[in-house]
Amino acid sequence: MKIQRCKGMRDISPAEMKVFRLVESICRDVCSGWGYQEVRTPTIEYLHLFTSAGTLTPGRLGKVYSFLDWDGWSGERVVLRPDGTIPVARMYTESMQGMARLFYAANLFMFESGGEETRERWQCGAELIGAGSAMADAELITLSLEVLKKLGLKGVELRLSHAGLIKALLVKLGLTPEEQSRMFDRILDGDAAALAEVSRESPEVGDTLKPFLGLKGQSPGFLRNQRALLARNMPEIRRYLDEFLKTVDILDELGVKYQINVASGAGFEYYTGIIFQFFIGKEKIGGGGRYDALIPSMGGGDMPASGFALYVDRLMNLGSPENFVKKAPERVLVRVKSGGAVKEAFGAADKLRDAGYIAELDLNGEKGDFQCIVEVRSAAPVFTIVNTETKKKIEASTVKELLKRLEEEGGG
Amino acid sequence: MAVKIALPKGRLLRKTAAMLQKAGWGLDEYTSNMGFYRPKSRKFTESLIRVFHEKDIPVQIAMGNYDLGICCLDWIEELLVKYPSSDIVKVRDLLYGKGALYAAAASPQVGLRQNGAPVRIASEYPNLAEAFALRKRMSRFSIFPVWGAAEAYPPENAEMALLSVKHGEGLADYGMVPVGKMLDFSAFLIANRNTWETKNLDKIVTSICDSLPEAGKKMTAGDEINTVGAPARNRPVETRSDTVRLALPDGHQQQATVNLLDRAGIKLDDYPSETGNRRPGINVDGVTVKVIRPQDMPLQVANGNFDMAITGRDWLTEHLDQFPSSPVGELLDLKSSRVRIVAVVSQKLAVDDCGDLRRFIAGREEPFRVASEYVNIADRYARDNLLGCYRVIPTWGATEAFLPEDADMLIENTETGRTIARHNLKVIDTLFISTGCVVGSTDVVSGVKRKKLEAIVARLRTAVEDK
Repeated sequence: MKIQRCKGMRDISPAEMKVFRLVESICRDVCSGWGYQEVRTPTIEYLHLFTSAGTLTPGRLGKVYSFLDWDGWSGERVVLRPDGTIPVARMYTESMQGMARLFYAANLFMFESGGEETRERWQCGAELIGAGSAMADAELITLSLEVLKKLGLKGVELRLSHAGLIKALLVKLGLTPEEQSRMFDRILDGDAAALAEVSRESPEVGDTLKPFLGLKGQSPGFLRNQRALLARNMPEIRRYLDEFLKTVDILDELGVKYQINVASGAGFEYYTGIIFQFFIGKEKIGGGGRYDALIPSMGGGDMPASGFALYVDRLMNLGSPENFVKKAPERVLVRVKSGGAVKEAFGAADKLRDAGYIAELDLNGEKGDFQCIVEVRSAAPVFTIVNTETKKKIEASTVKELLKRLEEEGGG
Repeated sequence: MAVKIALPKGRLLRKTAAMLQKAGWGLDEYTSNMGFYRPKSRKFTESLIRVFHEKDIPVQIAMGNYDLGICCLDWIEELLVKYPSSDIVKVRDLLYGKGALYAAAASPQVGLRQNGAPVRIASEYPNLAEAFALRKRMSRFSIFPVWGAAEAYPPENAEMALLSVKHGEGLADYGMVPVGKMLDFSAFLIANRNTWETKNLDKIVTSICDSLPEAGKKMTAGDEINTVGAPARNRPVETRSDTVRLALPDGHQQQATVNLLDRAGIKLDDYPSETGNRRPGINVDGVTVKVIRPQDMPLQVANGNFDMAITGRDWLTEHLDQFPSSPVGELLDLKSSRVRIVAVVSQKLAVDDCGDLRRFIAGREEPFRVASEYVNIADRYARDNLLGCYRVIPTWGATEAFLPEDADMLIENTETGRTIARHNLKVIDTLFISTGCVVGSTDVVSGVKRKKLEAIVARLRTAVEDK
């Protein structure tokens, strides 16, 4: 029987892992810099956490990995985490209070029927809980853009929509509550044509609504000019439009470039306010939004929140490793030269690692991409540095001296 | 290459046989009850025909073990709703065997969402039940997959049941009201997607289509229906916290159960019931009785729906192999209905024990297929015996007929071993001996109730010993 990896799953090679860790560490550094603290939630959660109305759409729920646990005789299922935000909101509701800035790096599981290796995905995300202002929205957008900039990615496009506005438009289209939620789910699952399609069936939709339904971006100036007109025809929409424009105004002040495209609001059913998405070309590399109703629905009290996630797998594929990876630490091979120097070799390798080298012990004559080999003896001279390029040999009697000589050789 | 065809036994047998006779298949053996697992067709002599439990047929077609099959749409959808990319082509509606799947409750007042507690749905169609719950946006639900008698569960032991009935009014016979319609169904001719594209099935399919009446009106799936206020017949049985809730088996174990209870001085009213009453009376105060499938009892005791039940050790073991820490245990061995649970292979296989089996599996390319009604016992057996790359194929009866073509090993029960020998099979291992037993909750229950339980077990023990 041929052994093979599970269908739809991917291995991450050492070279890819380097890129992965870099992407992750840039996310971590930037988030930490903004005062976000890292959390980790379990891989397995109860299914019902994701089935409540307003969490995951039925389309997504049909693809989760759910099963009965070994003590699941009650028939309640557990699930491999299909989403990053809901578990963090659950954790917050269970054990935290007040304002919280949290971030995570986590794998998510979602079935894909194609052969692509995307059934397990990695994302880095941040959640800003306890702040409901336009400034909070702008913080998350700016923060994610900073991560993308530090990753050296060019051509990042920011698209904005608003879940509250979409919902209000759906009401205006005269749909029943059930149709509204089905249509909302379609839009969130990425069906950008859904809104335009239903508006055709609804002749009473005035010209005022039509501009929202185009697939191409509308300018903020247009939105501002339309506000007065819309407010008269559809007062119920005004609140969402005001909210939306407040955030847009801050982004303008900060000089952030964006496109507004109300009809394409791909995201999660739990979104209630602004929805933002990041694209490079046609590829979506991340997104986020405001979800003010999620924590209240979990019993966590009236608590506004918003968040974003960046798709690590896609970011990894976008750049070549050279673009991403900083100069890697130098690799040094530590070789025991005469019997009895094992302890010294382990000790020297330890100190080399402390000093930022990758120190590998020579177990059976390793060949590889080593700039230097450090030979270790039990008697003086204890250390000999061999430069593999120049074949130059330098001796050192203490670890301190060894580190100094190595640095002079251009390492470190 | 021979065309392989899977035909149903059970509810569709009579009409399928009549249809195929009209199509001139000349299937003489597809009518009797004995030894008809492999009937021969006088018209399509090259074809290889096998008779399955209807529920097994979509799985067999999807796996590619068979090219064509006949079964009702409910079992096809039960597979497709969970595994939408299954290789099944729905070739033709055969227009007989009509029925509908309803989500039903004991009273029209049942709310889809209870106060935070999970909505419990009992069904022989667990995948469709889950799809129903998700479609209704239930925030918390539990599915009880049952072997049968789903209609017996509401209202005490489940809020809803997903039931197949001939027509909507059929629910009233169970004393239930519809909450929503999931599916209209009828018999279908289905094909494996790959063979549908590669094999020549033309003559066989034509013979079937020619024998059908003109296509009737189209089936509609998933219509919602209005809740009708039919009177509820299944009034919940009044229970107090110290009432002992006893589950008794339906089917062939009923007479043995009556005899045992009789010896213990326990009398039942309307059990076995000719009218399908699942709530017989009992002459012991503070005890209520419900009749369900023995296979489903351990799970129901674990969930606190019953305090004790009369079932078999095989089904208790099956439950505990799935849920090792489940609070259900054996209270009394009834020493009746003795069977061995055995591992069975084809007589042609040069394997006589588990060691041979491991070597045999190590030397082959394909996964080793274990077919069983006892999915969890089979899975544990394969795991414990390090059977390498194996697959467990769940079956719903007539498991012997799976060997040798459609499985490599069975985990089966046998009383005498005669059926196994008759199918040219042999036993290579005995897993355990199963007898009838009383199972009960191992969780501590209140003092009064515990005393009542112990008293009943004591009476039954005396009855067993007196025999």
